[in-house]
Amino acid sequence: MSAAGLNSGWEVVIGLEIHAQLATKSKIFSGSSTAYGAEPNTQANLVDLGYPGVLPVLNKEVVRMATLFGLAVNATVARRSVFARKNYFYPDLPKGYQISQLELPIVEHGEMSIADTNGNEKRIGITRAHLEEDAGKSIHEGFDASSGIDLNRAGTPLLEIVSEPDLRSAKEAVAYMKKIHTIVRYLGISDGNMQEGSFRCDANVSVRPMGQEELGTRAELKNLNSFRFIEKAINIEVERQIDLIEDGGTVVQETRLYDSDKDETRSMRSKEEANDYRYFPDPDLLPVEISEEYIEAVRATMPELPVAKQSRFVDEYGLKGGDAEILTASRALADYFEAVVVATDATAQIAANWVIGELAGALNRDGKDIGDSNISAADLAGLVSRINDSTISGKIAKQVFEAMWEGEGSADEIIAAKGLKQITDSSAIEAVVDKVIADNPGQVAEYQAGKDKLIGFFVGKVMQETKGQANPGQVNQILKDKLKS
Amino acid sequence: MDLHLQTMTELAAGLERGDFTSVELTESLLQRIAAHNDKLNAFVTITTDEALAAAARADQARIAGSGGALNGLPVIHKDIFCTRGVMTTCGSKMLDNFISPYDATVVKKLADAGAVVLGKSNMDEFAMGSSNETSYFGPVHNPWDLECSPGGSSGGSSASVAARFAPAATGTDTGGSIRQPASLTGTVGLKPTYGRVSRYGMVAFASSLDQAGVITRSSEDAARLLGVMAGFDERDSTSIDQPVPDYLASIGDSIKGLRVGIVRQHFDQGLDEQCGARVKDAIAVLESLGATTIEVDLPNLDLSVPTYYVVAPAECSSNLSRFDGVRFGHRAENPEDLLDLYCRSRGEGFGDEVKRRIMTGTYVLSAGYYDAYYLKAQRVRQLIADDFKQAFANVDVIAGPTTPTPAFKLGDKVDDPITMYLNDIYTIGANLAGLPAMSVPCGFVNDLPVGLHLVGAHFAEETILRCGHQYQQQTDWHSACPEAFE
Repeated sequence: MSAAGLNSGWEVVIGLEIHAQLATKSKIFSGSSTAYGAEPNTQANLVDLGYPGVLPVLNKEVVRMATLFGLAVNATVARRSVFARKNYFYPDLPKGYQISQLELPIVEHGEMSIADTNGNEKRIGITRAHLEEDAGKSIHEGFDASSGIDLNRAGTPLLEIVSEPDLRSAKEAVAYMKKIHTIVRYLGISDGNMQEGSFRCDANVSVRPMGQEELGTRAELKNLNSFRFIEKAINIEVERQIDLIEDGGTVVQETRLYDSDKDETRSMRSKEEANDYRYFPDPDLLPVEISEEYIEAVRATMPELPVAKQSRFVDEYGLKGGDAEILTASRALADYFEAVVVATDATAQIAANWVIGELAGALNRDGKDIGDSNISAADLAGLVSRINDSTISGKIAKQVFEAMWEGEGSADEIIAAKGLKQITDSSAIEAVVDKVIADNPGQVAEYQAGKDKLIGFFVGKVMQETKGQANPGQVNQILKDKLKS
Repeated sequence: MDLHLQTMTELAAGLERGDFTSVELTESLLQRIAAHNDKLNAFVTITTDEALAAAARADQARIAGSGGALNGLPVIHKDIFCTRGVMTTCGSKMLDNFISPYDATVVKKLADAGAVVLGKSNMDEFAMGSSNETSYFGPVHNPWDLECSPGGSSGGSSASVAARFAPAATGTDTGGSIRQPASLTGTVGLKPTYGRVSRYGMVAFASSLDQAGVITRSSEDAARLLGVMAGFDERDSTSIDQPVPDYLASIGDSIKGLRVGIVRQHFDQGLDEQCGARVKDAIAVLESLGATTIEVDLPNLDLSVPTYYVVAPAECSSNLSRFDGVRFGHRAENPEDLLDLYCRSRGEGFGDEVKRRIMTGTYVLSAGYYDAYYLKAQRVRQLIADDFKQAFANVDVIAGPTTPTPAFKLGDKVDDPITMYLNDIYTIGANLAGLPAMSVPCGFVNDLPVGLHLVGAHFAEETILRCGHQYQQQTDWHSACPEAFE
């Protein structure tokens, strides 16, 4: 079994078609709600049901969102784009056609940078991004011999983002998809929820002998909806293609499905069986025409994007590059961090440590997003401030943090209630130090004989006596002074 | 009181004066329909109870002084318009069981104005046909000669207005489906500019060509109804947001100086000689009223029928995909699997002409044929539109025949689709170019009516309505009533 990436002599070529569900309140061509998880068919009106005589009306919000995306990936936003009908029969496609864009998409010629396998910056071309409506869902369980149809999702707006075949490994594909995932969430145009299917992709995968210019025959892997599956599915497919060719076979152009249980890809349909979609411009909808002024107005609302935010965090806050990258992975996290920074006198790096460390750990442990953190940014700032003004030590702070996470109150409330205030009174510390020295004559003698490492033992004893509340710096200093004599 | 012989304008005045009530008027027309419809088969559904209730409401409103522009006035809707709670069949077995849960915009606007709907008129299946013989509910007969077709697809509407069942009926016109039946029944048929009237709730045939309009007996009534029907509808992206003029305000103005374009190609071969003579007589009447005639050239006119029969089937093949037996309409019994459900539901639900057009449309949109047919047809369509644009730089209206012959016998052309298609040769151009056009009765050939076709520039409904009205002030062809229906 050859692991992908170690397929010597073969080059892997991947292009992704990412479907990002746009975060509009209503559907792309009707006023029905797009909220996830409602009872079947309760969010489908006559337009979504494709009733005789009804007509689609474009939700203008999707044009703004697509424009924003186009600008964010340095693409051309088309002044004129056209909706077309993609005709095929399926029970979850009520009209017998899907409204999409074919020849004149709203976004073309964009790009996105990723780090390649060696950590170098690599540019991935974005061929196009077009607007389209989602289909409904067929439900095969619980209907005996027949199937049920849920049309709640029918007409949900999608932005299909098509990359050039510039990706050379499953890892690059995942890196690219993560970048797009970050961007759409930064822009606020998609919630990116992969479990709910709001962000998914099809991967076109082929292999060719290293050095060959001509592309190999591709297989299209459908509906990959987790970063882990994308990587696994591509690697499995690459392996399958290489094994096939090396055994004297040929790859056929077809659509394949990844089965995560069996960790294999399976043929769905070949090119010969493929539908002829009979695309033609939808006569019910006018071409989407937008002005230069409109594009500029949308540009003016562009939020700071991850790359810019990351370098600003380094320049403005003096953060380590790695920390800045982690904190800018999502707009919500970055906003949280900045809210902590403005509310405390502590350095931004200390704030960053707490957000990346304790907070991220707690969120991860409880399976929560930053948006539903138990501790607000203002409260975390309160905790960081108490460390900064030496009210508590970093160690005690962790204890306070846990209490805050459990909802026991603000940092100040918890410090007061539990009596955790740090002892900074030198005379109080000196008394404890004297006691520790008196109690441990043997260790004192060893220390004074040159065993410097024992300082840790004494500090530990003092902290034990003070229940961790003594200021560690002061303890250290006083111990050293007293042990000298 | 011969209420059935009065135009809508005359009936409006009578109601206003209190000569009769809407209930009395409605009852008298429903009685006529009950007595005579068997001869014509003009209706799919007669809405007796709903009509009487609406009439009673209209009478109440009149007493309260609150009625709308059409308060208490009877109309008939072509069965292509969705009407809430009443069957909407579109002339097809496919929708034989379909009760719409909503009203089309046209239906709602007329109802809001107080109109009383007497029923839903028979039509060619999904508006595909020129003789009303493709209807699942059987052909409609022409009141002037029961062996003849009343035209199509709005044949039930044209026959009803000609037979004095109602002063007005709605219709739809994709290639001539209002004007051709109007011409063959001696009625006035108006197809407005594409986008002037909302298509919302009209079962779609060919979306880029379909336009709702009216069949009446006078241009004045057509103007009155258009004023109520027209206007932007946010539910129809292709409806045009432009103010609706008062079409009645200018209808009485003289047509002195009106430039009337005569298309040489219209009088070439194919046009019945006597029909041509009636049309020329009508143009002479316009000249006598001070209009001047100018010859215009529409060089690509001969391409309009083939162009239409690529574009319309292409759109129809896609529009009719929603009739799949899954959510509404006809569903085959005991399907074996999904494919069987589709094939048999559609195979059983659609008639031959509809199937022919779906297949033609599927073909012209197929990979490898799209450029040669659909794309080329769109380019020719643009050429035809350009021809009209050029012509309207020099003229105000284009006048000519509506159809090449008077009404033909039922059964004569039904097995010869191409000959049937050529019946729309003069009307299709206005659909391809999106122009307003109307047919006005201009005489008889062998006791069968003939129509004068008037085409205007975009949004020039006022001009063609005024031209038609002034012509009708000088002639009484439209007042002639078929003997059996007097």
